[in-house]
Amino acid sequence: MNRSPYLTDAPSVTSIMLRVLLALVPGIAAYVWVFGGGILVTLALASVTALSVEALMLKLRERPIKMFVTDGSALVTAWLLALALPPLAPWWLIVLGTAIAIVLGKQLYGGLGYNPFNPAMVAYAALLISFPLLMTSWPAPLTLAEAQLGFVEQMQFIFSGALPAGVAMDAVTSATPLDYLKTQLTLNHSMEEIAQSSIFGALGGQGIELIAAAYLLGGLFLIQQRIITWHLPTAFLASIAIIAAIFYLSDASRFADPAFHLFSGATMLCAFFIITDPVSGPTTPKGKLIFAAGIGFMTYIIRVYGGYPDGVAFAVIFFNICVPLIDAYTQPRVFGHEK
Amino acid sequence: MNAIVNISRLLKSKLARTGLSSFKGGVHPPQHKLESTTSPIRSVTLPKHLVLPLRQHVGNVSKLQVAAGDHVLKGQLLAKADGQVSAAVHAPTSGVIASIGNQLIPHPSGLPDISITLEADGRDQWIEHQALDYLSMSKPELLDHLREAGVVGLGGATFPSHIKLREDARHPVRTLIINGAECEPYISCDDMLMRERADEIVRGIEIMRYLLDAEVCAIGIEDNKPEAIQAMREAVAKSAIAIDVIAVPTIYPGGGAKQLIKVITGKEVPSGRLPTEIGVQCFNVATAYSVHRVVNHGEPVISRIVTVTGNVARPGNYEALLGMSISELVQLAGGRAEDGDLVMGGPMMGFNLPSAAVPVVKATNCIIVPSAEMFPQPEPALPCIRCTRCADVCPVNLQPQELYWFSKSQNLEKASEYNIFDCIECGCCTYVCPSNIPLVQYYRYAKSEIIAQDRAKEAADIARERNEFRLMRIEREKQERAQKHAQKAAGAKAEAGGDSAAEAAKKAAIAAAVERAKAQKAEVVAKNTEEVSPRVEAEIAKIEARRAQKPELSGQPEQTELFAEKQEPAVTSAVEQMDGTQLLSKEKQPTEEAK
Amino acid sequence: MLTALYVMIGLALLLGIVLGYSALKFKVEGDPLVARIDAILPQTQCGQCGYPGCKPYATAIAKGEADINQCPPGGDAGVHALADLLGVEYKPLNAEHGLPKPKSVAVIDENVCIGCTLCIQACPVDAILGAAKHMHTVIASECTGCELCVAPCPVDCISMEPIAESPANWKWRYPVFEIKPESTVTKKSAV
Repeated sequence: MNRSPYLTDAPSVTSIMLRVLLALVPGIAAYVWVFGGGILVTLALASVTALSVEALMLKLRERPIKMFVTDGSALVTAWLLALALPPLAPWWLIVLGTAIAIVLGKQLYGGLGYNPFNPAMVAYAALLISFPLLMTSWPAPLTLAEAQLGFVEQMQFIFSGALPAGVAMDAVTSATPLDYLKTQLTLNHSMEEIAQSSIFGALGGQGIELIAAAYLLGGLFLIQQRIITWHLPTAFLASIAIIAAIFYLSDASRFADPAFHLFSGATMLCAFFIITDPVSGPTTPKGKLIFAAGIGFMTYIIRVYGGYPDGVAFAVIFFNICVPLIDAYTQPRVFGHEK
Repeated sequence: MNAIVNISRLLKSKLARTGLSSFKGGVHPPQHKLESTTSPIRSVTLPKHLVLPLRQHVGNVSKLQVAAGDHVLKGQLLAKADGQVSAAVHAPTSGVIASIGNQLIPHPSGLPDISITLEADGRDQWIEHQALDYLSMSKPELLDHLREAGVVGLGGATFPSHIKLREDARHPVRTLIINGAECEPYISCDDMLMRERADEIVRGIEIMRYLLDAEVCAIGIEDNKPEAIQAMREAVAKSAIAIDVIAVPTIYPGGGAKQLIKVITGKEVPSGRLPTEIGVQCFNVATAYSVHRVVNHGEPVISRIVTVTGNVARPGNYEALLGMSISELVQLAGGRAEDGDLVMGGPMMGFNLPSAAVPVVKATNCIIVPSAEMFPQPEPALPCIRCTRCADVCPVNLQPQELYWFSKSQNLEKASEYNIFDCIECGCCTYVCPSNIPLVQYYRYAKSEIIAQDRAKEAADIARERNEFRLMRIEREKQERAQKHAQKAAGAKAEAGGDSAAEAAKKAAIAAAVERAKAQKAEVVAKNTEEVSPRVEAEIAKIEARRAQKPELSGQPEQTELFAEKQEPAVTSAVEQMDGTQLLSKEKQPTEEAK
Repeated sequence: MLTALYVMIGLALLLGIVLGYSALKFKVEGDPLVARIDAILPQTQCGQCGYPGCKPYATAIAKGEADINQCPPGGDAGVHALADLLGVEYKPLNAEHGLPKPKSVAVIDENVCIGCTLCIQACPVDAILGAAKHMHTVIASECTGCELCVAPCPVDCISMEPIAESPANWKWRYPVFEIKPESTVTKKSAV
């Protein structure tokens, strides 16, 4: 009965996943600050759905349930999806999205370790295409909203869709900074005009830049814990910064500056939490750089020329399918071989 | 945490030791060396009962020179080397050969192997032996002495050292590296050997340098062994030749030959090739020590230092006689052999012994008696999450997760393509896997499977050739028989016929018919021999040429036959065929050896 | 609309000509199919498939007269390899042609052998050494285990001995796991 090596110094999968959740906490705190406490309800809803759907799928597939449900990967998917969805999305959207992520995005491919696509992004893309209006109606940050909803009112809205008396939908929602930018550019306003809007903060969208900074903090924590390596976030952020800089320098009146792109939308969340999903990402160091850079470029292109305000989800899914090819061509040089 | 420790260690080593390279990857398991290095090397009480397997080294099994019942002296040759890639086995003490047969050996398979069982007579009487005057003999002669003295690599690989000590004009050895790194946790036999017998090791190194005519000698010792480094430096200072004692950074598996060569010389041994091709040769310190004992004392390899550690009262290093039972050794160290599965080797690359009743062999560097806390049972394995921690630590820079997927799905061709045979089975990948997948077990399985398949393919190719040749041979014999019959028939008619035209015409008709029959027979070629391989064709051509030179082979009957021939090659009733002796052609057939 | 039709037809014809020409001009001479099939077969030459040897069986497969699952010594792996090569569906070994057995070699009991040479003639790879009224012996390293010599022996002196596993030819086993459904206990044994 040989099982060498007899020593091991590996963190368990659960410990890795829990630390990823921990790294999301600063981002969630910033979220609550900016958009109110509704996000906590979303997170709770998504978590419960994810765990129960996963348990159900494992039972149907006749796999050990406890071992897989406690590994924490379903929770990570749920939280990422919840953070990507609009904060006041209705409860059924959250439940549906999470179910799609777990069932279609993960379990039907074989469960943990077998999904070729990032499950959260699969669900996000499915929802975006099926419910475009709901998915693009974000609430305004609390500092900007005409009508501010408290925690209980937000919870009520999520579950019943009913607003408190006297508050209109328009007063609560607003376009996201990226969305606003896109529509204004198509109306042929120049960047200087657009930048005057109060929706923009110092670097990115007001409020949203705070969340992005919090994600950045969480991401640095992950790098320090050696849960992710520097390759993916650096390549992604660098590629967005570079391509944004190129466009910006060519025509500053039509394109936003790189700092804006880095600190708005899901850029920071994507850089540290979404593209770093190990199961759907590449396995070679060079491959990671190519993968992340490709997603960065594609995201920017979709933002500028595509039909959706934020192209992260589609870019990620597209490059997920390129991963086997990227892996095959970026195999590192083995010790003792020429190349 | 680990990251900060590793980074600072890396920086420290890079700054402190200029001129040293490093290899990618590696891990830092807890060392557990202090348990067994607090006391000096202890000797063992003379065992009563020794079992000496004939297969203690890489290469051909040694050839027995004794039989059951023989009385042998200590150091007497029991089995000599069989050919060059082999080594000899000697009696570790005087006594009587009790039996020769299958005994359990320390091997992961748990299978027995042929071994000599020696009952000690307690006198421990040495055979006549003296130091070799090695400078007055030729190098090949000295190498033969080393082979017949049973010198093999004592780092664990047990490769016959005399082959590695041969000078090769095509690949002269410029750098001789002595491996004192001992990177695996728990093992400290090399450490103690260096601390206590540094002078003798250096004497051995001098002989090795002489044999290889190396320009540069270096000893690599991990920096967690300051006493050993100090001892070796002192010993080296007394030597006539310049030997460099280099403290290499402590990292597992820094003691692997290829890894150590990279660290010290900066060069990588090309995959699938020997270190001599880059002008380097690497030996373990214990091997150097045994070379010294053989040459300067005339003592063959009959003992080695074994670390016994773990759940024992007196952990430490013991100078164990080869062939003594490991359970006895463990008891000497104050442990109980029944406690759990003993591990031979270190915790990273060792294996469970099938039982404690196996002997100490030349590969036994360490015995670990585990307790439940030391080596806890691993958690059940989860699927691979592609986190690539394994790829980050692999010292050979392989992609362990790819190799795992291929081995698991039996896609052995792809596993070969992804260089599975470069894997040194160090266990670093499994050490860091968060899903607790036993990666190394998969690679071991895949490698032995690929080797078995290759062997089977070779055997199949040979069988195909033999089959083709046999069919061709049968065809040829059929044709020759037809020819002979035609000749006989033509001859008979010629004698009996008159010279009337009708008879001449009849003769001509018959001759023509016979020709037709011959031609028809010649057409009947077995389809199987149409596309014979070039090797078989060459063989056939050679045989045909030989036959052509001897006309009697295709003509008249000869005296002795090696294969009886029958009219009907089909197998029918045996006895009838045997009696039809007139049907036997007595042609001399090509022998089996001709094939 | 007609222009579209003509364009499509023209394109189809043009591409067809290009492809056809390339197929002929740049044809790669590989091994003939029979040789490739024969390379997969284990060369035991036992005849269990119903053909007198591996090459005739390979020829029959190539002609489509024989199925791919008739070779027990090749085992499941052989059938898979043939299925891959020919692009057909895998099917399990046909039990009519025998079942896979562990590899054995023939051993002649020399006390009983009468030197009749019948086994020598039967052996498809000439692995038996001997002559009329002389002792016969099997060259173990050449024996493929086809068992064709066992039947012809009139005194039944040939037996098949499975090749024993020794430390020299021992293989590591496939790491085996048992995952019990709906249970948290997962046992792992790697031998």
